[in-house]
Amino acid sequence: MPRGFIPLTIIAGVVTGIAGGVGSYTFVYAKGFSYLSNDPAVCANCHVMKDYLDAWHKSSHHAVAVCNDCHTPHDLFGKYLTKALNGWHHSVAFTTGHFPDNIQITPRNRAITEAACRYCHEPIVQQIDRFGHGPNALDCIRCHQTVGHMK
Amino acid sequence: MAETGQNSTTKWIVILLVTAIVAVGVTFGVTALLVDIFEKQQEAQNPFYRVVDLDDDTEDPAVWGKNFPLQYDQYRKTTDMVRTKFGGSEALPHTPDPYDPRMVVSQSKIELDPRLKRMWAGYAFAIDFREERGHAYMLEDQTYTQRHKKPQFGNCLHCHASVYVPYKKAGHGDLMKGFAEVCKLPYAEARKLVEHPVACIDCHDPKTMQLRITRPGFLEGIRNYMKFAKGIENYDPNTMATRQEMRSFVCGQCHVEYYFRPEDKRLTYPWFKGLQADQILAYYDESGFKDWVHEETGAPMLKTQHPEFEMWNQGIHARAGVACADCHMPYMRVGAMKISDHHVRSPLLNINNACQTCHKVPESELLARAERIQEKTHAMREVAMDALMTLIDSIKFAQTAGADEAALTAARTAQRRATFLLDFVEAENSTGFHADQEAARVLFLALDHLRQGQMALAGQGSASGSANPAAATPPSPTPGASVSVPETPVATPDNPAPQNAPTGQT
Repeated sequence: MPRGFIPLTIIAGVVTGIAGGVGSYTFVYAKGFSYLSNDPAVCANCHVMKDYLDAWHKSSHHAVAVCNDCHTPHDLFGKYLTKALNGWHHSVAFTTGHFPDNIQITPRNRAITEAACRYCHEPIVQQIDRFGHGPNALDCIRCHQTVGHMK
Repeated sequence: MAETGQNSTTKWIVILLVTAIVAVGVTFGVTALLVDIFEKQQEAQNPFYRVVDLDDDTEDPAVWGKNFPLQYDQYRKTTDMVRTKFGGSEALPHTPDPYDPRMVVSQSKIELDPRLKRMWAGYAFAIDFREERGHAYMLEDQTYTQRHKKPQFGNCLHCHASVYVPYKKAGHGDLMKGFAEVCKLPYAEARKLVEHPVACIDCHDPKTMQLRITRPGFLEGIRNYMKFAKGIENYDPNTMATRQEMRSFVCGQCHVEYYFRPEDKRLTYPWFKGLQADQILAYYDESGFKDWVHEETGAPMLKTQHPEFEMWNQGIHARAGVACADCHMPYMRVGAMKISDHHVRSPLLNINNACQTCHKVPESELLARAERIQEKTHAMREVAMDALMTLIDSIKFAQTAGADEAALTAARTAQRRATFLLDFVEAENSTGFHADQEAARVLFLALDHLRQGQMALAGQGSASGSANPAAATPPSPTPGASVSVPETPVATPDNPAPQNAPTGQT
């Protein structure tokens, strides 16, 4: 074994260990496990979402749908993929501070919410939605934008 | 084998190095996230730290800024000079001279549109009138304006300086008495009593930070208005207004039409008959007040001053309960804190915070909607401005032609009224946005007075009649009328009116 290999192994091991340690601590400190749950209060772990959670409490849907019902897909893989993607985006945005104060939904997330409306309201939407998906599809939340949360 | 061993060792070293570098990057990012989460949790627990004691005599905003650094930082940003399509200001270089040491000034409005000079001929505004700059410049710009070539009084400072503490000092503890005293002083003398432009204490209670009205002009004005409009005796906004009302009232302390009561120079808000332009005009007509006499026509004139509060009051946003501060000082996020943005400015420069809280529409679309209203208001203003120039021409011509004195008086009254109404929209700093339909109505009334003025000179009617269409004489061309009306170019977005007034018969 060449000289220098053992110290290198140790350094790499220590550095990786630090990353793992700090990462785990941050995960626990930031209540990382809570993000796997369905509890709406979790979304307001980060104060940016507090207004939206407050508004949801007053909304017509608060008795029948929590955040995840409208903001994540209704299949297990899609749900956790979306949580991971949004978790990543939010961590970057909140750490750098580069995001508008009145936050704006991304096209992907908007499509998820739109699909969520149809998931529950399918019987009635079917009667009126003659164009299906695509650019001409009826847009539920364009008019019903206040049902989830006013803000 | 030795070579292979060497290769495999090199490969391992590379893998180890890459792993270490990636781990360093990950640790760096995760630690940043950890520290950020920690900081924001700490921030959220303590909205502010009291490091100094504030009392009712703490005038210097820098002292307040020690307790409220976030708000103070934003407040200091009103030094920004940014244009919007119809407002704002840009920084122009200025060579300092003994009378005006400013290195930077804003664009002169009267040089940009010389019709304004003629509208105000004989008045201080025809000497110097520039684009309004941010709050930070209010005292400096007033101190060095050329308008002082005509003597000014201490009453001007009511809205160009932090006057709460100086008034109390001048009145030996009595705010209203100090106000009355300072109003009467010559400007230069009163100027020595004040130090800061609008400051924290002008709108906030130093103990509770609640909004508070401190300007005597507004306290009296709103009391008179509430008595007229609602029959409320002794209305006091500091005890009777809602929080949301206060978020407009504090701005209405200054962004209003006013006049100086001739007998004692006391600053007065003319809201005795209502807040609308024609109601204010009716009050002035009844009291016979005039700001100055027009140099070219001898008409007894009125100058309108920035009636943003009155105009906003007639608009759809006021109707919906939206306060000044909702758009001009919208909530903003600083770390984990949510504060009112004390960088007071045009909402068009801050559309996400100012508009998108309610309007879920792209920024470019919201800007286009606002500018559409402003462009249309500006086009109407151009028509009225040209028509006013024409009336001035006509009165001058009639004077030299030896027209009947009654007709001249009627025409001068029309000039006075039309100028006041046109200026109401002109001086109001939103170019119609605060209340687009109201701005159009007021300009319509101005045009009606201009029409009546021309008809009086043509011997057809009287400008003393109201702006009620039913009361006006139907317009018909009179052969041989002593004064012909010069053609007025009509401004449309496709056909902008010329900047210079039509010369007519002058």
